[in-house]
Amino acid sequence: MKRIIGILLVGLLSACASQTIQPTAESGSAGSAGIANTSLDPNLNPILKDPNNILSKRSVYFDYDSFMVKNEYRSTVQAHAQYLRDNAAAKVLLQGNADERGSREYNLALGQKRADSVRSAMTLSGAKDSQIEAVSLGEEKPRATGHDEASWAENRRTDIRYQGE
Amino acid sequence: MMNKSHDYLSGPPVNTMKPGFMLVRHRQPTRCSLFLALVLWSISAPIQAALDIEIFGGGASRIPIAIIPFVGEEKLKHGITAVVAADLQRSGLFRLVDSSGPSIRDPRQIAYPDWKSRGANALVIGSAVMLPDGQVEVGFYLMDVAKQVQLTEYTMIVPADRLRAAAHQIADIIYEKLTGDVGVFSTRIAYVVKQSNKYALQVADADGFNAQSIIEYSEPIISPAWSPDGTQIAYVSFENKKPIVYVQTLATRARKAVANFKGSNSAPAWSPDGKRLAVVLSLQGGSQIFLVNADGSGLQRLSQSSGIDTEPNFSPDGQTIIFTSDRGGSPQIYRMAVTGSASGAAERLTFEGSYNVSPHHSRDGRGFTFIHRNGANFNVAVQDLATRQVQLLTDSRFDESPSPAPNDRMILYATEIKGRGILAVVSSDGKTRQEISIQAGDIREPAWGPLPKQIRR
Repeated sequence: MKRIIGILLVGLLSACASQTIQPTAESGSAGSAGIANTSLDPNLNPILKDPNNILSKRSVYFDYDSFMVKNEYRSTVQAHAQYLRDNAAAKVLLQGNADERGSREYNLALGQKRADSVRSAMTLSGAKDSQIEAVSLGEEKPRATGHDEASWAENRRTDIRYQGE
Repeated sequence: MMNKSHDYLSGPPVNTMKPGFMLVRHRQPTRCSLFLALVLWSISAPIQAALDIEIFGGGASRIPIAIIPFVGEEKLKHGITAVVAADLQRSGLFRLVDSSGPSIRDPRQIAYPDWKSRGANALVIGSAVMLPDGQVEVGFYLMDVAKQVQLTEYTMIVPADRLRAAAHQIADIIYEKLTGDVGVFSTRIAYVVKQSNKYALQVADADGFNAQSIIEYSEPIISPAWSPDGTQIAYVSFENKKPIVYVQTLATRARKAVANFKGSNSAPAWSPDGKRLAVVLSLQGGSQIFLVNADGSGLQRLSQSSGIDTEPNFSPDGQTIIFTSDRGGSPQIYRMAVTGSASGAAERLTFEGSYNVSPHHSRDGRGFTFIHRNGANFNVAVQDLATRQVQLLTDSRFDESPSPAPNDRMILYATEIKGRGILAVVSSDGKTRQEISIQAGDIREPAWGPLPKQIRR
């Protein structure tokens, strides 16, 4: 009988469940929130968006199966590192990406390697680790949606996003 | 052999992204214990996804079975026998025998020589009667044609909108009686649907019907994982510019971030007791496996390598974890003990080829299913832990995310047709494959849920 009551109770609870799709309760998140968990900042330094400034360059591309920052992107990465060094309050989110071939979770880890390698280059150039959060979007947010080498190359990339953007 | 079931093709076009979450209140159960199971699993959607199912191949030793349309079912909104037949056929263990002719409800009316000449070993007859209170009494007999004896009979009373669930229960009973194995037709599956720029985590019956969205976002969702008791789903959401692991309770929709550390948080896997999750974090550099309590407390590092360790999956006894690692230069599957401290020690399990990923233990713990790159293709494979023997089960182009059924007889996976993601099921011997496409959207990341508690044994 106990079991019957239990089952009826579950049925009743289900019947009362919310019809909305958003979660009814959002509990506090575990662990320390990173730079990603911040909102837009309208007072962001306009120099970061100035097309004539190297700081407006925000993408670092990688070769297939490679995680090394190529020479052609060194100056971009260094410029951002310098900006972080000069602006101690500034923070960046580095979002690594991967092409679509293979496992989604493994590709997430590959994108993380690309974000981590940009972070290493930035900290070597004087940015503080606390100013940088390196994360991965894996194959989930492709900039190019084709299924060919040109698209895949476009998606082997790390993007630099300032806090508040 | 190819079979298109017209039952699935009827009905209006369906927008599967609609929440469509409607709960039905039921009357006090009056009859059998099976009905109680139906009550618990009675979350029903008002609309049905239109499915298009194709079945390929088929083993030689399939059980020939005839299912005569139940007396009275033509008067109901939904038929029963078509659902039972599709379930049994999907398992790969049955062959449907022509059952044309008059419907009967009494075993004494069976003309056995006729069914013998049609090649049927087993015969199902039954009836579905609408009761004055609006519920339906469904009863059936399973007969052995050669011996001319009854193998089992069952009667249940179900609400009129629960006929599909009743049909799945009937398929389970027939399956168990004839194979000796537990049936999985009353289980549920979870998966992610992408439609235009929206992502929905959905839960549906094992045949793809009764889909409901658990959560919808404009950002990607990946890696759903059922809690062992089937009440919660862990998943990874990108709604906040990076991957964060959430656990959501299905009945209340309440959710909690269980891994939201600096960096990426992904690849949740439940421990068999449901108390802990293995997750992959970039918190301490690289992508490494950690353990965390199901409420997000008690973080503890498990793996220790300089590269990628991801896609953890617990053995059924909870003692070991299999996972994907690139520590040997290419992604391969490894096994490590779950101890109280982080360790770099792991045993490599896969050696064929340069890309073996996404391992999931079989529920009996004897082997695992995974994705093996086979030339330019990515295919579902199984490996026996004792003999190390590998068997490729599919030959399509891009297969992903294999998830074994609770009885290990089938594996659910994601594949692609003309650039669109669909779900498919392959029998564990690779002989029967069936595509399940919920028609709108791009479908991926399937996870097969556990057996309902009432029938777990």
